[in-house]
Amino acid sequence: MNKVSRRKLITGGLAATAGASGLVVATKLARSYGLIPPDGVGLYGPGETLTYAAQRILNRHSLAREFAPSQISKPPFANAVAPLGEGFKRLQDAGFGDWRLAVDGMVARPASFSLAQIKSFPQRSQITHLACEEGWSYIAEWNGAPLSHVLDVVGTLPQARYVVYRSIQSDWWESIDMADALHPQTLVTYGMNGGELPVRFGGPLRLRVPRQLGYKSLKYITSLTVTDSLKRFGKGLGSAEPEAGYAWYAGI
Amino acid sequence: MLTVRPKRAQTVTIFQMADSVWVPIVESAPPVTKVAARHSGLVRVTHWITTVCFVALLVTGVEILISHPRFYWGEAGNVLTPALFQIPIPASRSTVPTGYGYVLPDQNGWSRYLHFQAAWVVVLTGLVYVLFGLLRGHFQRNLRPARGDLSWRALSTEIAKHLRFSAASEAEAWSYNLLQRLTYLIVIFVLFPLVIWTGLAMSPAIASAFPIAVRVLGGQQSARTIHFFVSVLLTLFLLVHIAMVCRAGFRSRMQSMITGRGAINKEQA
Repeated sequence: MNKVSRRKLITGGLAATAGASGLVVATKLARSYGLIPPDGVGLYGPGETLTYAAQRILNRHSLAREFAPSQISKPPFANAVAPLGEGFKRLQDAGFGDWRLAVDGMVARPASFSLAQIKSFPQRSQITHLACEEGWSYIAEWNGAPLSHVLDVVGTLPQARYVVYRSIQSDWWESIDMADALHPQTLVTYGMNGGELPVRFGGPLRLRVPRQLGYKSLKYITSLTVTDSLKRFGKGLGSAEPEAGYAWYAGI
Repeated sequence: MLTVRPKRAQTVTIFQMADSVWVPIVESAPPVTKVAARHSGLVRVTHWITTVCFVALLVTGVEILISHPRFYWGEAGNVLTPALFQIPIPASRSTVPTGYGYVLPDQNGWSRYLHFQAAWVVVLTGLVYVLFGLLRGHFQRNLRPARGDLSWRALSTEIAKHLRFSAASEAEAWSYNLLQRLTYLIVIFVLFPLVIWTGLAMSPAIASAFPIAVRVLGGQQSARTIHFFVSVLLTLFLLVHIAMVCRAGFRSRMQSMITGRGAINKEQA
């Protein structure tokens, strides 16, 4: 009996040591490969890190499913939007002619694009599924310029790791990693189902990130900042969502 | 009597053999002196981790559900499309027409964080359990129904016995009856994999990597609907499981799942 206990103690101790050091090594590796999300801290940090790291290892380049025109939801559902304010109203009354998308941060040529300029970029169209974290979803056709093209125009620097994007609604700002920012289906959208992008759906400009839940597809975007760290933005958790208790990575 | 399959003595022998990996059993040692483990350490540890995770998943799952208590079939669904069914409860979002004049507080943030963290823990625990269960013959020994038992006659006898609420026999403190074995096998190898699969199929990123996993379910909203029904079945299992534990003797069954020792032992009593 003693023999068994001693052996069990030794194997158990070895296993625990191996597990603990394995965890330390895994954490270091994950950090150096950028697999820890900005909100990968605190009580739910381990789960968030596992989810984000697993997704990035598994499907960094996978394409969101695209659907047939017959599968487009008629009519699509627009979630409730907080009042847009006077500034938005003025721009809307002027037909969004003065709407600008400013791009700065780690870029060679910071710029501020008008809607017309963005519409002159190569246009992409996709019929994708937009799912809300609440559980509902719709399928729509989105038209816009690939974010990767916009980033090419301004010339992102090699150390860029995230793109922060902000809404005209000052409470709303988001960020994505370069895997999503350079993804061919990530579009700066201005059109929906063949027409202009309606205000209810984020018009005139919405960043569409089809491999993540709806809240990452921020409405009314006015500026982008390319950065190597999210520490300096807000509370350093990556976006407004974790500050309100929601996950930064919304691929699940 | 059908159910008296593995006798106590037999169980004792098995666990002596399991322990004898390192210490050969002395032939003359009387088997009674050794206290048999009803449940192995693996089963006990994974059981309780799963219990904690399941409770977390259930509570947060209900919380996430109330943000949109409508269900659909196919790829997409929202309040403007016809629902497959709607659960008649108030919602935590004002966009859902529930018929109630109020909206519940929104707790989706931490619910989603905890749901996925608990899912990770229970999936990893489940992998350890299934892997070691297969390697050590746990399924073969404790859960696979004996060949003679797998007949409609045996099954109907067992069901009839349950319907009459007859007390569990002494042997059932040491082994599982046919209905238990089938139920555990279905929970472990059908319901848990299905709830994991349908959960993952709701993820837009997983859907991009494994579109076929979504398509065979009928779409992302179908996956959500199936996820709900499998969760209901798992919850029903939990309730029946607790009821049966209480009926068979809460203290003794809890003791054997915590310490591993069978409490019912007439020879010692």
